[in-house]
Amino acid sequence: MPSSKDHILQLLRRNRPAAAELPMVAHAWTTFADPHAKFAEVLELVGGRAIRAKSVDDLNQHLSQLPQYAVAKKVVSLVPSVGTNNVDLSTIDSPHGTAVVDVAILPGEFAVAENAAVWVTDRQVPFRVLYFLCQHLILVVPADQIVDHMHAAYERLMQTGGQPQGSKDGRQRNDFSEPVFGAFISGPSKTADIEQTLVIGAHGPRSLVVCFLDPTS
Amino acid sequence: MHVIKTADHSTAAAAFIANGDRVRWHDSAIWFARTKRDRASHGVPEWETLRELASKIKLHTMSRLDEYLEQFEANATRLGAHVHWARDAAEHNTIVAGILNQHGVRRVVKSKSMLTEECGLNPHLESQGIEVTDTDLGEWIVQLRNEPPSHIVTPAIHIRKEEVGELFHEKLGTDAGATDAQYLAEAARRHLRAKFLAAEAGITGVNFAIADTGGFVVCTNEGNADLGVSLPKIHIACMGIEKLVPRATDLGVFQRLLARSATGQPITTYTSHFHGPRPGGELHIVLVDNRRSEMLGAGDFRRTLNCIRCGACFNTCPVYRRSGGFSYGATFGGPIGSIIFSAREPRQHKSLPFACSLCASCSDVCPVKIDLHHQIFISRRQLANLGLVSFSKRLGLRVVAAVLARPWLYRFAGSTARLALRISPRWPIYNRFNIWGRQRDLPPPPRRTFRELYAARKKTPPLPYREG
Amino acid sequence: MRGDWAYNQAMRVGLFIPCYVDQFYPQVGLATVDVLEHFGVEVEFPEEQTCCGQPMANAGLHMETKPLAERFLRIFAPYDYVVCPSGSCVSMVRHHYEQILGHTAELDRVGLRTFELCEFLTDVLKVDRVTGAYPHRVGLHQSCHGLRELRLAANSELVGPEFNKPRQLLELLDGIELTQLTRTDECCGFGGLFAVTEEAVSCMMGRDRVNDHERAGTEVLTGVDMSCLMHLDGIIRRENKRIRIQHIAEILAAAIVKN
Repeated sequence: MPSSKDHILQLLRRNRPAAAELPMVAHAWTTFADPHAKFAEVLELVGGRAIRAKSVDDLNQHLSQLPQYAVAKKVVSLVPSVGTNNVDLSTIDSPHGTAVVDVAILPGEFAVAENAAVWVTDRQVPFRVLYFLCQHLILVVPADQIVDHMHAAYERLMQTGGQPQGSKDGRQRNDFSEPVFGAFISGPSKTADIEQTLVIGAHGPRSLVVCFLDPTS
Repeated sequence: MHVIKTADHSTAAAAFIANGDRVRWHDSAIWFARTKRDRASHGVPEWETLRELASKIKLHTMSRLDEYLEQFEANATRLGAHVHWARDAAEHNTIVAGILNQHGVRRVVKSKSMLTEECGLNPHLESQGIEVTDTDLGEWIVQLRNEPPSHIVTPAIHIRKEEVGELFHEKLGTDAGATDAQYLAEAARRHLRAKFLAAEAGITGVNFAIADTGGFVVCTNEGNADLGVSLPKIHIACMGIEKLVPRATDLGVFQRLLARSATGQPITTYTSHFHGPRPGGELHIVLVDNRRSEMLGAGDFRRTLNCIRCGACFNTCPVYRRSGGFSYGATFGGPIGSIIFSAREPRQHKSLPFACSLCASCSDVCPVKIDLHHQIFISRRQLANLGLVSFSKRLGLRVVAAVLARPWLYRFAGSTARLALRISPRWPIYNRFNIWGRQRDLPPPPRRTFRELYAARKKTPPLPYREG
Repeated sequence: MRGDWAYNQAMRVGLFIPCYVDQFYPQVGLATVDVLEHFGVEVEFPEEQTCCGQPMANAGLHMETKPLAERFLRIFAPYDYVVCPSGSCVSMVRHHYEQILGHTAELDRVGLRTFELCEFLTDVLKVDRVTGAYPHRVGLHQSCHGLRELRLAANSELVGPEFNKPRQLLELLDGIELTQLTRTDECCGFGGLFAVTEEAVSCMMGRDRVNDHERAGTEVLTGVDMSCLMHLDGIIRRENKRIRIQHIAEILAAAIVKN
């Protein structure tokens, strides 16, 4: 008896329809005169808030005014000089240990204007669950790292050479060449499963603030 | 069990409609989802271009599915994932149970996956003493009620907040009579956080798998998939083989369409990309055929493999909104479910393609341009060819067809019928066999047909038009 | 009074009157003739026509539909255009005959020349002005096959430019007021045999449409398909609502031809 893999592939080959061309994904997609403004507008619609900071000091100033930050007992910050970290992640050996975190200040790589999504990965974060398990999430994104739409976002992720990995075997590198977790996060966790009533803070963060930090800082 | 098991959609629909308040609420709640979809899609000027691209990408993928699956497997394996192949539901369930048993897993959290519903994974795992918790709030609600989901995106759309309140009062000890969604969701959050922290493995579905990277994407709003697979070490992702796209860059098209079509959001809150296991973890991907390869060979219905399970065709369907998900008696109903399940099990689901007025709204909301209403039209032909259209319907229509093929007989039958309608009192016409007449009057029969009047008019032109 | 559209006389137009219009709504057929003649079209009504076969096709009985489809194509082959006051029957010919008969040259020829009345007026005759008044509050029911198969108007599902051929014609009439619906193009629930096999859903859909029109203040409910209107009228009369049903041909004939 052939393996299930061979069996399935055999059936697929037998039932293979006529060839159909793979289209180029190219079009004059909608862009925005002020992508940050579009991002902020959409983020507000999906229950989050965007902040623009000129410097790290300016950003810390903004943070101190956030009520969720002000009352937080356990804060994790993995963005250098931003916020006051009081959880020593090196003493935690299981992601479960991060369940106590009230506020997590984490890096976002870039933002997408059309849908207020921020691309995050687990490259600089020891426990990826931090993005989802903390009570409140603050993402810090370099202000010049913003694209208009999802097409540009994926092109960016798939472009070769621009990302941190080095080439070990001569293969073309992209964001997904090595084991990695990455996610687009757009707004705080939410549900509308009870009679379509929107509830912010389903299982994950109850709030999301995205801070655009000017690159000159 | 609250589940209505029936082979006949119209009977179940009539029962659903008998509760007037509820059906009106159900219809308007789901219509609301349709209006949100409209607002979101009309905000994207290139919407129709995206639909066209999505459709073409999927049709291309299906024309080389074998190659893309092998490419995906090679890339996923290189990234450290274990890839399994399952011919059918039973093999899928055996594989998943095997992985769990091998690690001695007794508590599993699972995010929404229509595939695992299709395969009946939960009962299989439970029969082996494994506790499965569905962590999507809607899924959890229906799980607590011992019900299947009634909608592929919003599984508990048929349940009112008062009922959620009663359920949570009984199962979680929340305040009696509570109906506030915020309060109820908070109770669920507390409860499910404990489940996430205690789980030894997480199971997810897959929204898209990417051939050229070997990764896959899971979309949720609650963050439940991410919590479920970022705490325990074992992640099992179950996917139908049709979930592939060739290139990561194709996802730009699909992500822009999916959430807007499903809930009117510009994107789901969490769109997570898994490439390989996390450090110290284990990642298993189960590729499931379960008759999809057969569908690939069924020319007429092949396009159903384009489906990205957004639920837009459910939300727009005037029949679904007024009959509820359970009236279809299949893993899922609505336009797409009617086609898939009547093609798979024609005898069992023969009434589904007739649960449709052929209004074609589904075909136009579908983000991947499945010609749903045409396929429903064709499904009916398949059923007729299999001898599954009811005898009375077939015989009646054969007689009508024979009459219509003979103009003299048509004229004779028409005038006889109209005469009968005209001279008869009301009661013999509006009897229990006249289904039309239960809630509707018949048109008042005119004395003369168009063709008679037209012939008369030609003899004495011009006949001035008189209203009424 | 006949309009100054005499140049339309050159074309040979076959009139296709659906079976149920012939039997139950002869005045709609007559109104169609009046409107076409007003715009200078000499119509011919081939006597041997009966039905396009849609009821059988929708029940999946394609074998039984085939002889009717073949008859239809044979009967209407001689004409430059075939015009019909029903979007649904035209759509059957234009979109579904292919699934019944396969692709044939005859189908191509006749199918492409078969028009629903409104689109024939706007697209072939290019009617863009009329003299006539219809001082009523009119609700337009957008029948599904006309809307989503013949594309007589832009529907709410698609993203694209606004257009609406039946509405465009109605708006040419003086004094007409078109009512605003909550759900602009939801199905009425007729659906042929569906009206009987799914009676409960069908009637609820119909009642929902009627209620929407009632809320909008519709006095005359019109559309391009008498089948949908028959179903809605059945509910209206059973529930004694104060809404009148008129096929769009009847409105145009009353307003333009009487003038």
